[in-house]
Amino acid sequence: MNRPPPPLLVASDLSKLFGGVVALDTLNLEVRANDILGLIGPNGSGKTTFFNVVTGIYPATSGRVTFDGAEITGFSTQAVYRSGISRTFQRSRLSLPLSVFDNIMVGNHKRLNQGLWFNLVRRGAFREEFEANFEEARTLIRVFDAPLAERMFEAVAGFPMIDRRRIEICRALISHPKLLLLDEPSAGMTHDETSALMDDILEVKARFKDLTIVIVEHEMGVIERITNRCVVLNFGQKICEGTYQEVSRDRQVQEAYLGIE
Amino acid sequence: MNDPRPRGGGLIACIVATIAVTAYVIALLVVESQIGILILLAGGVAAVLAAARFGVLARVGEGLARRENTLHLLAVVGVVVATAFFHEDHFILLMMATVILYVLATLGLNVQFGFTGVLNFAGASFFGVGCYTAAVLSMHTAVPHILVLLIGGLMAALIGSILLLPVLRTRGHYAAVVTIAFALLFKTFLEVNDVLGGPQGLRVAGMNLFGWEFNDNIQIGENLELSFYVNYIVLGLILLGLAFAFVRRLERSWIGLNLDAIRLDDTAAACFGLNIARWKITAFTIGNFLTGVAGGLYAMMLGFIAPTNFTFGDSLILVSIVLLGGIGNVWGLVVATTIVIILPEKLQAIQEYRFLLYGAMVILMLLFRPEGLLPRPLRRYFPGWQPR
Repeated sequence: MNRPPPPLLVASDLSKLFGGVVALDTLNLEVRANDILGLIGPNGSGKTTFFNVVTGIYPATSGRVTFDGAEITGFSTQAVYRSGISRTFQRSRLSLPLSVFDNIMVGNHKRLNQGLWFNLVRRGAFREEFEANFEEARTLIRVFDAPLAERMFEAVAGFPMIDRRRIEICRALISHPKLLLLDEPSAGMTHDETSALMDDILEVKARFKDLTIVIVEHEMGVIERITNRCVVLNFGQKICEGTYQEVSRDRQVQEAYLGIE
Repeated sequence: MNDPRPRGGGLIACIVATIAVTAYVIALLVVESQIGILILLAGGVAAVLAAARFGVLARVGEGLARRENTLHLLAVVGVVVATAFFHEDHFILLMMATVILYVLATLGLNVQFGFTGVLNFAGASFFGVGCYTAAVLSMHTAVPHILVLLIGGLMAALIGSILLLPVLRTRGHYAAVVTIAFALLFKTFLEVNDVLGGPQGLRVAGMNLFGWEFNDNIQIGENLELSFYVNYIVLGLILLGLAFAFVRRLERSWIGLNLDAIRLDDTAAACFGLNIARWKITAFTIGNFLTGVAGGLYAMMLGFIAPTNFTFGDSLILVSIVLLGGIGNVWGLVVATTIVIILPEKLQAIQEYRFLLYGAMVILMLLFRPEGLLPRPLRRYFPGWQPR
């Protein structure tokens, strides 16, 4: 028998309080390597807060987070990113006046040479790095949408929501993270667009074998289709976990969602 | 990519446009009568609107953007022609040199505010640091004058670092308030400080570049004498060219991208590893350095400086130039500075009300064309580069 691999991300007794409001309540949660984990729960159950605490936007009130065997509790957002976690946001946070390429390159920060001398004086070397990164970004975006790859130097402001989501996911993927956190990628999109985007995410997962994905989602169809495991949160606590079929039959989950007494 | 031949205006159209602009500016500078100036201004606005209406402006703009080196050459030729035309007119040449040095100063502000979003309402103070450094060093030491300019820039960057902590710890309007406080403090400090001349100010020695005395008129042959301001225009133009190339490279690099990302959304930028403090410090320091260098040469050109040159109002003028020109667009600065400096000098009727005029211009601009006269184009890391 093979021992199961150690979990990639572990939250132990993780709590986050905003004044008197308990957003995360001694949460214990494991993300296994190579999973597509669905994080679900009613509004205000702490899903996005969990992302924000893991990525260092909010400091945890108590508890620990370990990633890839090392503790990352209290890490800055920058340090979390360097350790190999990247994310998208519930409300798209692209820089609209910048080009598609620029936005993707923001996500590639740790792999780009940031030296003043290199950037300002060694323009030949800079050009090589620029061309290599352009090719890489174009190859990545072709996984999502081939026509988009021909419009790399257009402002993001001119693209529809689905393309913006694709660009945002590319920005998160370009640095080869080990863990990708997707915060409601279907928000603000039609049914068909959501479906197309989920095809893209499955395609990405097929290409990047070692990538682990956690996805927060309200569309249960999406969760059913792309996740292999789900964790249900309510009032900042884990109330259930298992496959979608298992959690959807769970009585506590039905109570949380439907208010069955 | 599909069409290898450059579209847009041809080379000839670009040259014609440059000649037209140069001739127009020269005419504006020559004409003395107020009616004549008003007619010229109205004609200029009408011509620009008509050119925009018929797409000429867009075509010439595109043509020039595709031939950047040509554009730079044409701009320098334009300044040289205008300088030659007014070769003995001290007053007009002083105005032209002032425009050049203000563009240099606002280039610094553009890095801070236009790229990084750090509002600096103390631009005139950092300009003043350069001026006072030049005054002290040129009158009391034997430091070569070209080094004095460099030290002036470094002093401005150094004194700017006092502001770093409060600027980094606050955001948006609050950071702006910190710089306003500094601007007010700076002027008061100069007024009460006897070592720096108090309210009377200080004398500044003229530029001396390896024995070339800038404050002497240039004698060419028997009967051609050029105003000494020509010296300052030449050196100012060289410094501006260097700074322009520097800022352009900065914009077209990963660093320029970092600065934009921080301006547009610093939380998202931090989630992708950008060290917000590091890049704000970089931009603030570079900006103050450029402003300080401009101040140093300006002081040497005027020969005399006093605290009243560096008021909060002067800082506002610098900020309004960046707003008018097109936030982040280096060419917009050239256009906006020309308007802001030359217009009140030529229209004596509005000289008293110049701040009212600037205020009205900025408000109108923000209401009707918030991206400025020349909106900043998308970043092209290497102009003309096409993906294979």
